[in-house]
Amino acid sequence: MTKLELKVKSIQYRKTLLGCIKRANAGHTGGDLSCLDILNVLYNRVLNVSPETFDDPGRDRYVQSKGHSVEALYVVLADRGFFPESDLETLCCYRSRYAGHPTRKVRGIEQNTGALGHGLAFSVGVALAGKMDGAAYRAYTLVGDGELVEGSNWESMLTAAHYRLDNLVAIADRNRLQITGCTEDVCALEPLREKVEAFGWAVREVDGHDVAALTETLGAVPFASGKPSMVIARTVKGKGISFMENDPKWHHHVPTDEQYARAQQELDRLLREVQA
Amino acid sequence: MSFTPGAELGKPNLDVFCETLLSLARSDRNVLAVTSDSRGSGRLASFAAALPEQIVEVGIAEQNLVGVAAGLASTGKIVYAVSPASFLTARALEQIKNDVCYSDRPVKLVGISAGVSYGALGSTHHSTHELATLRAIENITIIAPADNLETAQAIKATATMEHPVYLRFGKRPLPHLHPPQTQFAVGKALTVWEGTDIALIATGETVQPALMAARKLQTQGVSARVLSMHTVKPLDVDALLQAARECRAVVTVEEHSIFGGLGEACAAVLMQAGIRIPFRIVGFPDAYLVTGSQLEIFEHYGITAQGLARTAQTMLAT
Repeated sequence: MTKLELKVKSIQYRKTLLGCIKRANAGHTGGDLSCLDILNVLYNRVLNVSPETFDDPGRDRYVQSKGHSVEALYVVLADRGFFPESDLETLCCYRSRYAGHPTRKVRGIEQNTGALGHGLAFSVGVALAGKMDGAAYRAYTLVGDGELVEGSNWESMLTAAHYRLDNLVAIADRNRLQITGCTEDVCALEPLREKVEAFGWAVREVDGHDVAALTETLGAVPFASGKPSMVIARTVKGKGISFMENDPKWHHHVPTDEQYARAQQELDRLLREVQA
Repeated sequence: MSFTPGAELGKPNLDVFCETLLSLARSDRNVLAVTSDSRGSGRLASFAAALPEQIVEVGIAEQNLVGVAAGLASTGKIVYAVSPASFLTARALEQIKNDVCYSDRPVKLVGISAGVSYGALGSTHHSTHELATLRAIENITIIAPADNLETAQAIKATATMEHPVYLRFGKRPLPHLHPPQTQFAVGKALTVWEGTDIALIATGETVQPALMAARKLQTQGVSARVLSMHTVKPLDVDALLQAARECRAVVTVEEHSIFGGLGEACAAVLMQAGIRIPFRIVGFPDAYLVTGSQLEIFEHYGITAQGLARTAQTMLAT
């Protein structure tokens, strides 16, 4: 997939995502938009997994620790053919398998998440098993920056470094906002890079909306032999919709009809510009 | 040669667990022990020495222990996550709920030094809550073996179980309660002593005092049945109902709070089956427990031959 095609997909995913959220009248809009380009690059350029190989023991594993951004994951999985796109219409509906956080009832979902601070430990287990078996797969997990205050993440970081899990890749969606406000006002994470490096990880920072840069960075793992890799993806909560960007209100706000129409217009305009 | 339940002293269940796990792991390299600086006072040291590639040490980090175990299990590893029951089931409860049970990862959670095994170390080290908390979480089997045979067979049985399981046991040497040829099955209570006046339904390390009580009651002319309800969830409803229908009273015994454990599980079954007979839950009250060894604490709360016999006599007299 070319860089242009990836860019187009990022916009189309946003259009589909907002449609899902609007229809369901539920969703974590801001966080979905901040991690969508990361998911785009992972599923279209990086991960060695497809609907056909999802049961293959040698597949790459992706676990979304920030489970609340599941709508973004559903959109990408549907596009990749893990399930019909029409299933997205049942998001959060009575008896739908497409709940507001990931579950293994949905093909393509590796692990049930939603409570924060769980995905990394699971991925450490997956990566450790890979080392034991001499398997070639990698374990990827996406963590939110607000989520990084959960102490369990730091337990898992210690274990990952101890076992030299260079087949483990954590991506931090560093949008600097959580439901209450700025992460640095709630409980400061900075200097995040230095902290993670001090825990024995190799760290790179990247613009989390630059699909080319993300492709290059995620393609360069492990960043150091014998060390787990962390990508700190600098992102914008609500990215792509002017009035949603960097506003914590959009953590789980659903657009009104008027806001929805405006958002789709902005995305259509962006799509025309990119395609031109 | 005839077998007398309780006559011969065996080993601590912890030792039997470690031996059985080592035996399983020797024949299958996918069998793993995951520990959080929790090798059972060194009992798993021989496992670590024999099979260093099959033990994963995560340090004192129980949440991480359970999450890592779930990840390992997702790849087909047969994972025994071993940690003191108090820490495993309280600090890592959310990981048990989400990473293991909700996600249906067949981790074998092993709570060592369970109940009040740590005795005088105090309440921080006791697990008198987890039968209640784990019973209320869907998709987990709960087993508290009463002797060495139950422990060895439970460990072997859980190796092939495809869903989560929690095992709890202590570290005190226990007498053999069952003849060697006894067939253990998860979810099927074992009868330790036959009787028709009163049923003592116990689990884990309280089966022994229940048996001693039954023998004492026999000398007093009372016929007491003793069931080892090793599987607390799913409960052996058939054995419970049969005991309640064939006896005049039921006493449950557990190394656990009287809230939410074996006793309340049995009470719910009996009430909903319309069985109204004298019924008593023996366990720990809703209070700060006394300081003492496991057996001293048992003594204090009436979990002894004398205490349980007295309870039984009182119930039959009413």
